[in-house]
Amino acid sequence: MESIENLSYEVAYQQLELIIEQLESGELSLEKSVELYEQGQLLSAHCQTLLENAELTIKQVDDAGEIR
Amino acid sequence: MQTFSVEEITTHIHNLFDADPTLNSVWVQGEVSNLTKASSGHWYFTIKDTKAQLRCVMFRNAAQYVPVDVKSGDEILVHGRVNVYDARGEYQLYADQIEPVGGVGDLYRQFEELKAKLDAEGLFDADRKQPIPAFPKQIGIVTSPTAAAYHDMQNVLRRRFPMVEVILSPTLVQGSQAPPQIINAIERLNEYTQVDTIIVSRGGGSIEDLWCFNDEGVARAIADSKIPIISGVGHEIDFTIADFVADLRAPTPSSAAELATPNRDDLLIDLDRRTADLKALFMSTLSSTQNSLSRTQQRLKYATPLNTITHAQQQLTNQQSQLKRAMRQHMNRLQDRLSARTSTLHAASPSAILARGYAIVTDTNGDIVKSANQVTADDRLTIQLHTDQLNVRVED
Repeated sequence: MESIENLSYEVAYQQLELIIEQLESGELSLEKSVELYEQGQLLSAHCQTLLENAELTIKQVDDAGEIR
Repeated sequence: MQTFSVEEITTHIHNLFDADPTLNSVWVQGEVSNLTKASSGHWYFTIKDTKAQLRCVMFRNAAQYVPVDVKSGDEILVHGRVNVYDARGEYQLYADQIEPVGGVGDLYRQFEELKAKLDAEGLFDADRKQPIPAFPKQIGIVTSPTAAAYHDMQNVLRRRFPMVEVILSPTLVQGSQAPPQIINAIERLNEYTQVDTIIVSRGGGSIEDLWCFNDEGVARAIADSKIPIISGVGHEIDFTIADFVADLRAPTPSSAAELATPNRDDLLIDLDRRTADLKALFMSTLSSTQNSLSRTQQRLKYATPLNTITHAQQQLTNQQSQLKRAMRQHMNRLQDRLSARTSTLHAASPSAILARGYAIVTDTNGDIVKSANQVTADDRLTIQLHTDQLNVRVED
């Protein structure tokens, strides 16, 4: 799987939801639960970081299609 | 051959005018001439172009609402119905509205015409509308970089969803040069960028200021955009063709920025909630695993030989001490009996008898002499006394 730090908010949040769904199914081994929980915590922290630390970037596209 | 009176034929002509829908509501453009504003408040004038002229009358109840100062020589738009003035045998335009060319009324009319045309083409249909992505990575903004609206939008985006990247596609948003630039700005974003959503926007202004967003080319560029477009033009009350054709209409530029993005605060609250769910779910998994382990441990505890062993050990210990006690009692009994016997024995021992003064006589063979018949004269005998012995010889 792609490293969590590189995930977009949307993807990270979707993965978090997926993990919660899996845990909700209640059919996991303890080992798998621990693994998913740790993964979920990392995703949650990543989302939080994205939300709190993001700074708006502004570019401009000119007539020639150049984006700066 | 039928003969008509003048009135009859005039009435017939009058009826023909009445029956014609175009003549009953028509806009006519031309130059004003021979304008007379009568003291009654009615206006009489002619409008003409290079080829023709048309008599007009506007009664006081309509004339008093004309928004502009009309003078001979003005190019104007006149609305009304064309009919026959029977008494004079003339047809004329009974005007109820006058607008300057390019004025608000003219613009409004163009607006309505274009709106009807594009609507008929299906450009406003709900099934043409593209959904607006919930989590845009990039947002293209078509507006003027100097507009206050642009800064308002930046502020909204910074507050709501700062992880988004803004790509400005700059354009004029006012004046006759604006439409081709707006079209180009929309096409540029479609062609060169991967923006998820486009906001086409400008701040509030007069209807003339906003007019470029009622341009047909702009409308078609919005309709043709592969990227979903949110319009945010003017104030809440302003509706432009761009608004109708856009995938989503926002009442203002700021609200366009809001509609384009999720709200960070909501996301944080939601994230908190989901993280708590995650933790609770994990804890419940953990505790249910722990419970089942405890139950199994409990069962195992009852199932182990440990209890049996403990029990047997207890029994063994009991029996051992019982045995010890019994042994001791038995030993004591034996000891007592032995003591009794020993004293009896002691009382019966020869030495005790000797002590009482008896003696034992033995011959040289060591045999005890119990009768005189056993000995003869000169036999040597031993007399055992209590303390020592005597060696004697039989005399007779």
